[in-house]
Amino acid sequence: MSKDKTPGLILPAERPSSLVTRRNALVGGAGLLLAGCDQINASPTVKSFLSLGEQATHRAQRLVTDRNALAQEFSRAEMSPVFRQNGNQNPGTAEYNALAANRFADWTLAVDGMVAHPLRISLAQLMAAPRRTQITRHDCVEGWSAIGEWSGVPLGLILRRAGLSGNAKYVVFHCADSTGGAPYYESIDLIDAFHPQTILATHMNGELLTIGHGAPLRLRVERQLGYKQAKYVMRVEAVASLDGLYGGGGGYWEDHRGYQWFAGI
Amino acid sequence: MATHHAEGDAAGAAERTSETPGASPLIYRTRLPVRIWHWTNALTIFVMLMSGMMIFNAHPRLYWGVYGANLDTPWLVIGNRGTSGYLQLLGIEIPTTGVLGYAQNTANAFPPLVTIPSTYSLADARQWHFAFAWVLLISASLFMVYNIISGHLRRDLALKPEERSISHLWHDIKEHARLRFPTGEAARAYNPLQKIAYLGVLFVLIPTVILTGCTMSPTLDAAFPWLPELFGGRASARSIHFLCAGGFALFIVVHLLAVVLAGPFNELRSIITGWYRLPKEREQ
Repeated sequence: MSKDKTPGLILPAERPSSLVTRRNALVGGAGLLLAGCDQINASPTVKSFLSLGEQATHRAQRLVTDRNALAQEFSRAEMSPVFRQNGNQNPGTAEYNALAANRFADWTLAVDGMVAHPLRISLAQLMAAPRRTQITRHDCVEGWSAIGEWSGVPLGLILRRAGLSGNAKYVVFHCADSTGGAPYYESIDLIDAFHPQTILATHMNGELLTIGHGAPLRLRVERQLGYKQAKYVMRVEAVASLDGLYGGGGGYWEDHRGYQWFAGI
Repeated sequence: MATHHAEGDAAGAAERTSETPGASPLIYRTRLPVRIWHWTNALTIFVMLMSGMMIFNAHPRLYWGVYGANLDTPWLVIGNRGTSGYLQLLGIEIPTTGVLGYAQNTANAFPPLVTIPSTYSLADARQWHFAFAWVLLISASLFMVYNIISGHLRRDLALKPEERSISHLWHDIKEHARLRFPTGEAARAYNPLQKIAYLGVLFVLIPTVILTGCTMSPTLDAAFPWLPELFGGRASARSIHFLCAGGFALFIVVHLLAVVLAGPFNELRSIITGWYRLPKEREQ
């Protein structure tokens, strides 16, 4: 490249207010650097490399942990003074509002998909079923945690009652809430589905679930992060694959924000 | 060209005497595994710190204890009120607009310039963080095995008996404060403060950051309840994890400063090719 000055080019120093100040150069350089980094972040090759890490984490956690290991349970004295609400705090649909107005007396939980006997379970039936109460730590993906008491029916009990097919691999939770038109849903594998602490909770801290915390029914899957703890559960579906279900990622956050399906860390 | 055999390390190094008489000798000081570890680790630590800062941005508050959320009392907060950023440490608020809390027209705890990715994405940051966590875990484990088998730990990193005295360390601290680094034969080996810094990273920071990271995993906590117990709960583990990250950042600053002050060309050559020119003996 020629080092000759282009005729007519005004050198920055000759200008009353310099175009290229050190600060501008620094900010501009940083901008280029950021743009470069974001290009790396968006690259499909990089994304697939990073997802190798995700798979490794999933496999390693399953490999080194006892599948039936129980999450730590706490005493009432160790509970968070206030358990904050998170995510959607009210589905707000006409259908949900009508159910809530009647204290969910008309609400039923559908259990279907790859099961021998599809079920419809009323709240009264859930209340009468054998239940488990546990005081556990809720870990949000964002980094905060809160300790609360949850009480509900073990999911394994319901799946056995429905006669889960031997070909089923995942349990999907369809919820009443949605964000930006996309319905909330979540899914877990059978290891977590049959874990003794995995319950469909009707109560929190000794009282019926509030709407903010997911009334009338929410999932507790204690060894996973908060976004797996689906609120406002309306339907439990057993499936062999998550492909073709909504976005195929196995959950609202997985589909829309790229969160990891296995939320063990 | 003089012969060199790649057996040397900081001590007892191979030598290549220069053709020019009087010039200080070039020694083979940094072996290949150490160099590979250094550069792998340099990349890994930067990715971990930058993606870690983005993860922190999702909930820029730290607590002590088993739990901690917005309505509990944090010991550290980085936040913003409108376009003013602040850092709140133990209840004392320090304005940090332009650096933390609010910078580059963004209301993130850590600004876009230092996070991966630069725009808010907890999901992407987690992908980076956990992929490189594997690189850190594997490379640190391999390096630990190498350190023991090769004798690097015993020979080059461990403090020699005479270096363990307070007076010797105090002397070394004073020399560092005067920016007088070892010269001549003394520069063949790491100096005591340097050894302490490296040992601190290897045996304190890296194990602690990995274990506190694991403690934030609900699955690992269920399987290994000693993890949260060891650190006084998940919220505490998260705080310690963050403090370790601060320790790494401090190490990087001091490390780079030392490289610049000790002669960046010679130091960089040593960590890239292994060859290091002994600094000339100082006139006393």
